[in-house]
Amino acid sequence: MSSIAIIDYGMGNLRSVAKALEYVAPRARVLVTQDRRDILHADRVVFPGQGSIRDCMRELVHWGLLDVVREAALGKPFLGLCLGPQALLEFSEENGGTQCLSLLPGRVVWFGELRDPVTNERLKVPHMGWNQVRQLRDHRLWRGIPQDSRFYFVHSYYPQPADESLVAGRTWYGFDFASAIARDNIFAVQFHPEKSAQAGLRLLANFADWNP
Amino acid sequence: MGLAKRIIPCLDVDRGRVVKGVRFVEIRDAGDPVEIARRYDDQGADELTFLDITASSDDRETMIHVVEQVASQVFIPLTVGGGIRTLADVRRLLNAGADKVSINTAAIANPDFVREAAERFGNQCIVVAIDAKSVTPPRPVGEGSGVRAEPPRWEIFTHGGRRPTGIDAVEWARRMAACGAGEILLTSMDRDGTKCGFDLELTRAISEAVNIPVIASGGVGTLDHLADGILLGKADAVLAASIFHFAEYTIEQAKRHMRARGIEVRL
Repeated sequence: MSSIAIIDYGMGNLRSVAKALEYVAPRARVLVTQDRRDILHADRVVFPGQGSIRDCMRELVHWGLLDVVREAALGKPFLGLCLGPQALLEFSEENGGTQCLSLLPGRVVWFGELRDPVTNERLKVPHMGWNQVRQLRDHRLWRGIPQDSRFYFVHSYYPQPADESLVAGRTWYGFDFASAIARDNIFAVQFHPEKSAQAGLRLLANFADWNP
Repeated sequence: MGLAKRIIPCLDVDRGRVVKGVRFVEIRDAGDPVEIARRYDDQGADELTFLDITASSDDRETMIHVVEQVASQVFIPLTVGGGIRTLADVRRLLNAGADKVSINTAAIANPDFVREAAERFGNQCIVVAIDAKSVTPPRPVGEGSGVRAEPPRWEIFTHGGRRPTGIDAVEWARRMAACGAGEILLTSMDRDGTKCGFDLELTRAISEAVNIPVIASGGVGTLDHLADGILLGKADAVLAASIFHFAEYTIEQAKRHMRARGIEVRL
């Protein structure tokens, strides 16, 4: 039986992530855990995150999970959610500047004062609600999800990978930002698949039997 | 291509049952929150809001179970409001599966509560509910067009619109945004239940005063009202109860109508 560990480091409610995975992969063992061995022994790892990046990094250190996250991200199917993809990059502008995990090259940038270049309407921050994701390449996790499907977003900072080849999906919010990044066994999305109805459930189902 | 405007059906829950006269013919048990939530999800609701109107605190535990059940079967964002007064209340609802909580009276009693909750749980899950009512003095009879009308003003009211607080609604919205609210749920107490449309002037005043999303509520009777809330009121989302409960319209119909009026929706 395959197991999926959702890393619990005190950043937000992971119940909906677990429920959604149990729903799409009823035969998998879904663990919400901060136990190093659970995480290292799991077949797949989900790295979620909510709140601020500084708290996120601090809690990872507090729970002694930095090296565990690194190791998991190097070896097994690894899904980053929301703050997850941000934490994988090198540096975030949030909280006056925060060093991140540096597993992937790039930084995290604040949306700031935004206007739609066409209508000149002010764009509110956080970017909250259902927006489209343009899939930039074939990927196992996009399978069965129509191009430009909508997913649920809530965030004020966005990932800006330094290497264009990392970008698996883009979303328009006054400009195009990287809403999905991928490399090898890592797939990380800025949106919340666990709250994105059919499209999100499909992505999670794809992850549950992804063998990169 | 871009961010869709949201439609959010609101369900009033009393002791674990959806009230406010639900009349879906196909649904066996009309008051079952899980069944109704699933139905709205199927119709394409962008989020769901549950308002706990249970009077007795002894029965509030029931709401936790409702949230748990809905969250394990419906995978769209879920907001819960009603009687949330402490950080422990917030935590219990989030742990049960709510994505956001809506804070109303407790914010007025203690604005720092919003700040603390936002710091602890993140801005994204703190919605501040504002119940506002017009307090603009009526223009004296017989005065001509040469007389300048007073600018419109709205105040916050509590206890279902009966008790004034003296707080200016626009100022309050700004203050709550500064405290870390991630979103504002704005209800016009003048329009609530009237079915004659949102207070568009109020909605626009608040939406333009803050840089966080504003959900318009109170007064929806037709599909045009929903579209007006977005196009004229500048709301980011629209919330309605009775037009969906009584199956006058489905959410999909509402979205098709909004799209026909040029609004970006998720369909």
